[in-house]
Parts: sequence; C-alpha cells; structure tokens
Amino acid sequence: MSTDEQTPDLERRSFDVIVIGAGGAGLRAAIEAAEHGLKTAIVCKSLFGKAHTVMAEGGIAAAMGNSNPKDNWEVHFRDTLRGGKFLNNPRMAELHAKEAPQRVWELETYGALFDRTSDGRISQRNFGGHEYARLAHVGDRTGLELIRTLQQKIVSLQQEDIASSGDAEARLTVLAECTVTDLLVTDGRLAGAVAYWRDSGEFLLLAAPAVVLATGGIGKSFTVTSNSWEYTGDGHALALRAGAKLLNMEFVQFHPTGMVWPPSVKGILVTESVRGDGGVLRNSEGKRFMFEYVPDVFRGQYATTEEEADGWYADPENHKRPPELLPRDEVARAINSEVKAGRGSPHGGVFLDVSTRLPAEEIRRRLPSMYHQFKELADVDITAEPMEVGPTCHYVMGGVEVDPDTGASATPGLFAAGEVAGGMHGSNRLGGNSLSDLLVFGRRAGTGAAEYVASLASARPEPAPADVDAAVDLALAPCRRGAQGAGENPYAVHTELQETMNALVGIIRREGEVTEALEALAAIEERVAKVSSGASRRFDPGWNLALDLRNMLVVSRCVALAALERTESRGGHTREDHPVMDAQWRKVNLVCSLPDGPTSTRVELTRQPVPDIRADLLALFETDELAKYMTDEELTKS
Amino acid sequence: MTYDARFRVWRGDDSGGGLEDFTVEVNEGEVVLDIIHRLQATQTPDLAVRWNCKAGKCGSCSAEINGRPRLLCMTRMSTFTEAETITVTPMRAFPVVRDLVTDVSANYAKALEMPAFSPPDLAPGEYRMEQVDVARSQEFRKCIECFLCQDVCHVTRDHEDNKEAFAGPRFFIRAAELDMHPLDTRTDRTQFAQAEQGIGMCNITKCCTDVCPEHITITDNAIIPMKERVVDRRYDPLVWLGSKISRRKGA
Repeated sequence: MSTDEQTPDLERRSFDVIVIGAGGAGLRAAIEAAEHGLKTAIVCKSLFGKAHTVMAEGGIAAAMGNSNPKDNWEVHFRDTLRGGKFLNNPRMAELHAKEAPQRVWELETYGALFDRTSDGRISQRNFGGHEYARLAHVGDRTGLELIRTLQQKIVSLQQEDIASSGDAEARLTVLAECTVTDLLVTDGRLAGAVAYWRDSGEFLLLAAPAVVLATGGIGKSFTVTSNSWEYTGDGHALALRAGAKLLNMEFVQFHPTGMVWPPSVKGILVTESVRGDGGVLRNSEGKRFMFEYVPDVFRGQYATTEEEADGWYADPENHKRPPELLPRDEVARAINSEVKAGRGSPHGGVFLDVSTRLPAEEIRRRLPSMYHQFKELADVDITAEPMEVGPTCHYVMGGVEVDPDTGASATPGLFAAGEVAGGMHGSNRLGGNSLSDLLVFGRRAGTGAAEYVASLASARPEPAPADVDAAVDLALAPCRRGAQGAGENPYAVHTELQETMNALVGIIRREGEVTEALEALAAIEERVAKVSSGASRRFDPGWNLALDLRNMLVVSRCVALAALERTESRGGHTREDHPVMDAQWRKVNLVCSLPDGPTSTRVELTRQPVPDIRADLLALFETDELAKYMTDEELTKS
Repeated sequence: MTYDARFRVWRGDDSGGGLEDFTVEVNEGEVVLDIIHRLQATQTPDLAVRWNCKAGKCGSCSAEINGRPRLLCMTRMSTFTEAETITVTPMRAFPVVRDLVTDVSANYAKALEMPAFSPPDLAPGEYRMEQVDVARSQEFRKCIECFLCQDVCHVTRDHEDNKEAFAGPRFFIRAAELDMHPLDTRTDRTQFAQAEQGIGMCNITKCCTDVCPEHITITDNAIIPMKERVVDRRYDPLVWLGSKISRRKGA
C-alpha cells in the first residue's frame, strides 16, 4: 500500500537541503546553502525570528583586536581550550578562533549595528575566561541583533529571487511553526524528514538528501533553566535515531547568574556582561567570595586582592583579572558552595552588585535589558541595589559528533551546527563563544551540505513510504489514547522529568543520585508511553509537548549515563564523589548511540579518544600550563 | 500570598468562540503567562498560546489583557487586585488561529516588501561609524517584533480595508532605522515610507509608543521625523531639483 492511500492529506515538498532550527546557526547555514544555489528549507519550531538566539545578551567573541591590538586567533584559541579544560575538539577551536572575526564583519554587510569604539570600529567588551576585551555587542541584546540581521539577510535573498525569477522561494523557504518529529534514512543515507504544522496539526513529508540540524539545546529537561520552550533536545534525539552519535553529553553548563526571585522568573538569565562591566559577587556577609575559589589551573592569571582586581578594569596591562571573570563552571560552583555553607541571599542565591560599581546612567546605558528585566519582573532597581542570582541550566556542551570542517555527522547527509553539535567547547563553554560558534559552524555546515548534495548528482535517496507511515503513526499515538484523563498528562510527566534531572543530575552529581535518576527515567519512559492529548491537534500545546517528551527522555538518559561514567570533575560536570580533574580522563570522550535502531530507547555509551592537539597548536602553550592538564606520558610525547 | 483569581480567557478558532471562566491559583511574583501555563497544566491542556523566552525578549506572547495589548510574560499579577477578573483575549487586529494565537503572517509579508539594507562599497571589517550615529537606528533595532504596535494602531485595528496600503508602526521604524543607518546607500527610504508604506495615514495618536514593551519612542523618533523629511522633500524646490539632476545611488 502506498503512503498516499494511508495518509491522503500528507503535504509533500522537496528541497536540496532542510535546515532544522532557525536560530543563529540555522539561519547562517541556510544563507550559505542558498548562496551555493541550493533549494533550501528553514524549519522553525516557532515564528521566524523568535529562536532562542534572541536571548543571548553579552556578545560575540571574535579576536578582532579592536580594544586590544594584542588580541589574535591564537590568544582566543588558548582561552577556549582553557575554558573547556582541554577537552575541546582542537580543530573546531582553531577554525572558530580564526574565522570568528570574518563572520562578525560579514554581519555588518548584512546591516548589523554593533556598539562602536571611539574610532568608529566595533566595540569589544570583557567576559569570563577571555584574556582581552573580545565580545562584539549591542548593549545587552546582542542575540536579538544577530537573529534580526540574519532574518533580514534571508529576506534580502528572497527579494533578489523575486527580482530575478518572480519567486521569493526559489532558494529559501521558511516553514514557520513547523516541528520535525523524525528524520528519514534510506539505506543508511538521509532522505528527508516528517514534520507537522503547529497551527493545523497536519503532517508534511519533506524530501531532501541533506539535513542540517541547528536545533539548539536541551535545557527544558531541567526545572531551573534560562532556556525557552523549544529547547527539548530535538536535534540531539533526531540525530541519535538517524544513526549519528552524541559526544560528551555529561557536560551541561549551569550559568552562574540566573534570577532566583520571584519564583516565576527563577532561572531567567542575568548576563555575564554585568560582571564584565564591573559587577561583583558578594555573599550574605558582604564578602567578595570569588577570591577564595580560584582553582590551581588559573592561579597566576587572576587577582588575589580587591585592589588588584579593581585596578584591572582601567589598566589591564598591569593588573590581574578579577576572579568574578573566571569561566562559568568555576563561578557557578563557587556560588553553589556559598549558598550551601549558609552564606546565601534571602532567596537562596548570592548578591550580584553593579550599583556600587558604576554610575546609574552608565548602568542603564550598558545594561538596558537587565535594568528593565529586574525593574519589571522583580521590583529591583539594579542601579541602586544588588541583584540576587544563582546557577541556572543554560547550555549543553555535548552534542552531535561532527567533522570539524564540514559539520558532517556519521550518517551521510546529516549535518549539525551550533549548540546541537558537540566538541567545540570541550567540557565548558566560554561566554561569547556561542554566537561566534553559530556563525562559524553554521556557515561551514551550509557549505558541507552543499558539497554533499553536489556529490550525489541525481542519485538521491528516496524516503521510504513505510518509514513515513511509521513516523506519522507514532506522532498520532497520544491522540489515539484519548483526551486528558484517559492517559498520562504530558505536563505532569514533563514536570517529573525536569525535577528528576534538576535534583539528581544537576550542577553537583553523586554516583547514587545519578543511578537513581536512571531508574526514575525508566519509570518516566513508561509514563511517556501513555501520555494522551486529545484528537484535534490544531495548535495543541498538550500534543506538542507529548511528542517533545520522547526527545527529552532519550537525551536525559544520555546525560545521566555519561555523568555516571565520568568519575572525575571537569568543566560542566562536577562529581562530589570524584572532585578532582584527572589527566587520564582528559583523553576520553564519552559517546552515546542507539545500537538497536531508532525504535529502541537503549542508549549505548562507549569511550573514544579525544583527538590529538596538533603540534603547532600545542606549541601555543607553555609546558608548565600543559602539565596541569596532561599526563607525563603525553608531555614527553609532545 | 497565594490566592484564587478569576480569569476569563477567549477560546475558539476562526469559526467563532467566546470567553470562558476559570478560577486559578496565583502565587507571589507571578505574571499572566504563569497563570495561562497553570491553566494548561491543570485544567485545559490544549489551551493555545504562543510563548518562547518568558523574559520579554522574543515578543511571542502578545495578547490583550483587559483589552490592552500586552506581553503576557511581562504583565505581573501584582498589577491587579485579588478581586479583579482578568480577561485575556487574542490580539484583535489579527485573524484568530486558535484561542490566544493569531495569524501574524501579514507582518512577514510587509517585511518582504521593505527594501533591504543596501551595503556601501567597503570591504568587511572596514565599516567605520560613530556611536552617536548608530544609536539612533539602534533604538529601532530593539524591536522584538511582538506586533503589539500593529495590533493597537487604529488605522488598521478597526479598518480592515486599510491593511493593504498601511504598513504599520513596526515597519515605519524599520524604514527609519535604514534611513538613519550611517552606511545604508539608498536615499529613497522616506519616499518609500510615503508612497508604498502609507506613513501619511498615521495621525500621530502615539498608541504604538504607548504599548511598546521595549519603550521605543516610535512616534516621536521615527514616524514624525520621517513625515517631516517627506514634507521637506516634497515641498522644498531645491531638494526637488536636486533629486532630478543627481541620480540616487544604489536604488
């Protein structure tokens, strides 16, 4: 029986490449694919221009050297590896550091308006872990500028197509409020995707030989998160089911400064720019506690006294950096320790104070969104009083294992870029390295997909009708189980999943608790199999969530399994029972796959060596510093 | 601090609908979107609402609260009394898809008509602009495309027939932003606003400025200067003559 007979109203569309995700990475990949002449679809889960990238605040890290001429790609590369505790894919970190400036300057040719230096160039601000002021920014709404600029560039390409062919969608089609539920793989190669329209609940078959995953992260598997509703690990799960592998899923970044009060805004991001521009962290005793938390690997680069630290803002040449600007993992752990030791703020955070550090007018100019966010949501005037902040789940370093140069995954035709891809950030991402990652690797994945499609010529894999039927059937399962009350409530199951991950696989992990989490996830899996959502499907958030749960579940299992396996503490993975960073573990990547195929949920975890750092890149570091991370054997070898 | 609030929420679709009454728990510090989410989780799992960031940065959760266009995530429950019934309805100026979700695609169609940034003949990395010059356009680039200004504007709110000729405040600030961009090479932004966007139909009641959650001074900083420049160009004989004898660049 053909697909048409079973699902007569299935809408079918064909493209050269489908980009799933419309944030910075997806839009940049789509621009590149279109400029290579490919017929490209951009599938966005939300409206066009609403992707999670809009929430990025601080800036884009790029060694343009506008603020300090000593900055260059080598310094940026070094900072990135230090931030990731040397677990980064070194080739990705190299490409990222080298290409980020070009990607930022390119945005200006699309119409972006960054804040300026006094000589008219792009202004750059300080951020944690970056040796020099490196972040191109627009106040504290840099992500909005990025997404709007790319959105408007896509519109301009569509206008070119209208002018030349009369067809706005000759190269670029935006499928807004459209969610992919499964990828289609034929004979081991990518053949397309099955998706549904949010407004009607009707299904689409998208045929294409290449797919670029740019779906972002997994934060909605945690209770306290800065992430939006879309961050349900869709791309991670789609990749697994399509036969690709996930790398380093134990590394989840808890941003040190999320709002902690009122409860309804708990987790909303407070930009690192507050600290980059002079803000300091204090405990309930009024002490700037970060001086107590400078780890051995960073000793020598950070100030030990307040005088030294305060001198740095005006004269960075002759002072060491304030410890508030350590990488995020260090600051988040420190805040956690202070709260645990009973030195927290009234609502369980610590104090972040910029009011005593900058004039009110300057705060409003540099941090306008933060000013309004606190004023309107918490009745706090940040120009007059400190903020209360605490860690919030913000970013996943782990993701699809890809070829650094092309973004290609293990499945031919499947590419990934941005947060959904793994390797670039190692065990911890530096602030500002995300927006640059999106642009550098979004562009590369677009090129990678274009070259792959060209290599196929006319021999394109076709979606198999049985696979299409199976995907549609699976997506309809919650509707068949009847309306609310007949089965499990998707919202209740989601809450349990979030609470499990937050409590048991959160910022500090212990063997017993992670084991408990894996057992709880097995029980949640049984509940997910019973979620019901009613039959209408027309803009039905209950049904949408029911389908997202499948992705959150498998991704959460990957995080927990890898967190249990890695018996050390490094970056975004802290094991209370194994508190030390272990040089043997630096050589190991943990890799997740679904060995029994897409219909099984059994995750297999294997160990794989971290790629060697090329000699010329290794030579950028002093041996003394490498000795803090590497085994003696590695050091003598190099 | 916890109490039970009375909510009236519009439910329905393009074929019709009406207000439904709910009694729902409210806790300290919550915003209207929290209450809508609680309704979904406990009473009406299929209640349709758009939202993304819940921090006033994405502009997705636009609706009308007690008749006023607002973001659900930035409207605190503490701005109402406990006795008050809170009415939540979809944006009135756009066709309903379902419940609180409207079809805002007309805005994307307007965006496609707006001539894009026209870059100067400079290599990437060679752009030089003064902060004071970019600041004017940056104000308009704060726009989160919540379309509340498009919803409130009375030129189209109650006049369906004006929608084709009138682009609306969101696109007037886009025109102004490009007009004031220090390096945009087009010189016809104001003419475009007049001839193609219908800026002349705006009679400066400032409703758009009033509802803008980003506090963009839409009327004073974008629409009025654009209108004045249109007038300058149309009635100043020297400008008129200049426009006839020198070809405009990049048009």
